[in-house]
Amino acid sequence: MEDQPKFPDLTDAERKVLEDLMPDEMSEIITSGMKRRHFLKLITYTGTSLLATHFIGIEQLMARTTAGAPLPPPPTGIDNGVNVTFNVNGRAQKLLVDSRMTLLDALRERLALTGSKKGCDHGQCGACTVLIDGRRVLACLTLAATCEEKAVTTIEGLAKEETLHPMQAAFIKHDGFQCGYCTPGQICSAVALMSEAKNGEASYVTSNVRQTGKPVKLSDEEIQERMSGNICRCGAYPNIVDAIREVHGDKAVAQVWQFADGTI
Amino acid sequence: MRPFNYSNAGEPATAIATVSANPGAKFLGGGTNLVDLMKEDVMHPSALVDITRLKLADVAKTATGVTIGGTATNSFTANHELIRKNYPLLSMAILAGASAQIRNMATNGGNLNQRTRCTYFYDVNLPCNKREPGSGCGALKGVNRNHAIFGWSEKCVAVYPSDMAIALAALDAVVHVEGNNNVKRTINFADFHRLPGDTPEKDNNLKPGELILSIELPANDFAERSYYLKIRERSSYAFALVSVAAAMALEGNRIKQVRIALGGVAHKPWRASVAEKWLIGKEATETNFRAAAEVELKNARPLEHNKFKVAMAQKAIARALQGAMQGGEYGLEG
Ligand SMILES: Cc1cc2nc3c(=O)[nH]c(=O)nc-3n(C[C@H](O)[C@H](O)[C@H](O)COP(=O)(O)OP(=O)(O)OC[C@H]3O[C@@H](n4cnc5c(N)ncnc54)[C@H](O)[C@@H]3O)c2cc1C
Ligand code: SF4
Ligand code: FES
Ligand code: FES
Repeated sequence: MEDQPKFPDLTDAERKVLEDLMPDEMSEIITSGMKRRHFLKLITYTGTSLLATHFIGIEQLMARTTAGAPLPPPPTGIDNGVNVTFNVNGRAQKLLVDSRMTLLDALRERLALTGSKKGCDHGQCGACTVLIDGRRVLACLTLAATCEEKAVTTIEGLAKEETLHPMQAAFIKHDGFQCGYCTPGQICSAVALMSEAKNGEASYVTSNVRQTGKPVKLSDEEIQERMSGNICRCGAYPNIVDAIREVHGDKAVAQVWQFADGTI
Repeated sequence: MRPFNYSNAGEPATAIATVSANPGAKFLGGGTNLVDLMKEDVMHPSALVDITRLKLADVAKTATGVTIGGTATNSFTANHELIRKNYPLLSMAILAGASAQIRNMATNGGNLNQRTRCTYFYDVNLPCNKREPGSGCGALKGVNRNHAIFGWSEKCVAVYPSDMAIALAALDAVVHVEGNNNVKRTINFADFHRLPGDTPEKDNNLKPGELILSIELPANDFAERSYYLKIRERSSYAFALVSVAAAMALEGNRIKQVRIALGGVAHKPWRASVAEKWLIGKEATETNFRAAAEVELKNARPLEHNKFKVAMAQKAIARALQGAMQGGEYGLEG
């Protein structure tokens, strides 16, 4: 293992760029979680000067972890400890948490799942969106103690082995992010939105809530309304809508940009 | 956040007993309001009793209407077939509030108990009679753009922020509660929330330890003609500046029954009873809708920065009635 290059699939030049740009743990994400083809497209598209910011985005999209044994609690100790047994990304977890600890902090600080982001910590931005028992919720307003016996899915739990979740792939294809900070929340939210639409759930802009057929066909206005709980400071909204439209419609939506070689 | 004890209630009676025995204890629903306020140190309960596992999460038919559970989530309630078909006004109002994520967490009981969004209330460094009785009302002579135009007192000019409750007010809902020692009672929706008077620290008439078990919706003839109109600073994920829940039943083209409730204008959902009275027996025309709205708003008492709400509410009432007339289809209210 020792003398294996960090990026076995890449050319020397590509590897050099990456190694210079990326912190150590990110290289693992790239080699294991990202196809070389995608990398090349991104290089072509962004040019090296934009590469750094793009990789932050990619890291959010692909974030994966081995989430093994929980990290120890902080040295300040635990008040009113609560034992929580729950499932995170398919793996059983047992934690002793301070009753004040939010699910977001438990994921990030105790389970080292840092994909879910803390934007506002007050329910106002959606960066912390995760799925609990399949429904989207805000991890920053969920106390970890309330998660007993629940199943939590974070951005790290969406891909199957080497295969991205279709929503992750669509976000890459449509460039549904710039800095990437809101992206894990956007993607989790969009994944839940797909099942809500399948179940026939309504939104405020549904033309007539009395008509209860399923599944719901989502117009752009419907997607915008249903995704309004996820704020993007970079304003990647049109591309996010494109990505969701593609997954929802199950057919290709024209990309706003193309790689130099014409592939997507 | 200050330390607190967390427990999970298995039975309503246990939850009620725990909260009744400890003045510092609170029920925990979805936590979307309470946890936020605890982070801001606006509220600092010494104990939280999680009620989300109680079996109070159903939506069901009754002999006289439909009942929605106190711990049912807002999403579940808004999307339930019985609600969408028979009380579309309630679905629309719930779906106008917050975001999909928050509605998945928020419970019906928690929604009714959510606290004002007055910025003085939220900032522990500023005076606020609601948060700190006797400290004064920062908004009365301060920035009061988002505050009340009806029913306020010198002690508090805050508005109550829920969308759901505005529909419940229009639907004449009845709240079923249980207190310590199995004492159950019902509260008519009009009497659930209160005006601030001299005690703005009290948002509603629940007694300490009382748990909302369910909310009952009497059967009505409004399903075909109801509309929830919400006016806000951006098109989604924002609290109402003004909102209107409107519902009517016609006989020919004459108004047989009409309900109008306003949000964003008072310390409680504001039933526009003057406009309602004016409209009964009249023809359902846009001219009459406008005239009714005008007589209602004659009684408004705006503050320094929210005079715009008077004209806004007046127009909104007419538009919401128009939306109800059109059959409640979103976006058709003109
Ligand atoms: C960013 C943001 C935007 C929002 N926008 C809107 C909006 O546009 N429109 C809108 O209407 N709302 C909005 N909300 C508010 C949201 O709807 C409420 O926070 C939610 O309904 C509260 O429900 P909960 O179950 O989370 O309550 P909790 O936070 O759990 O509890 C709130 C209060 O209710 C009490 N309580 C809970 N259940 C019961 C019960 N069964 N019996 C007695 N007391 C009980 C608790 O003790 C607590 O005091 C927004 C919230 C956020 C964070
Ligand atoms: S309006 Fe009410 S809530 Fe706001 S500062 Fe005055 S007393 Fe407090
Ligand atoms: S961090 Fe949870 S909504 Fe912003
Ligand atoms: S990509 Fe930067 S905040 Fe959305």
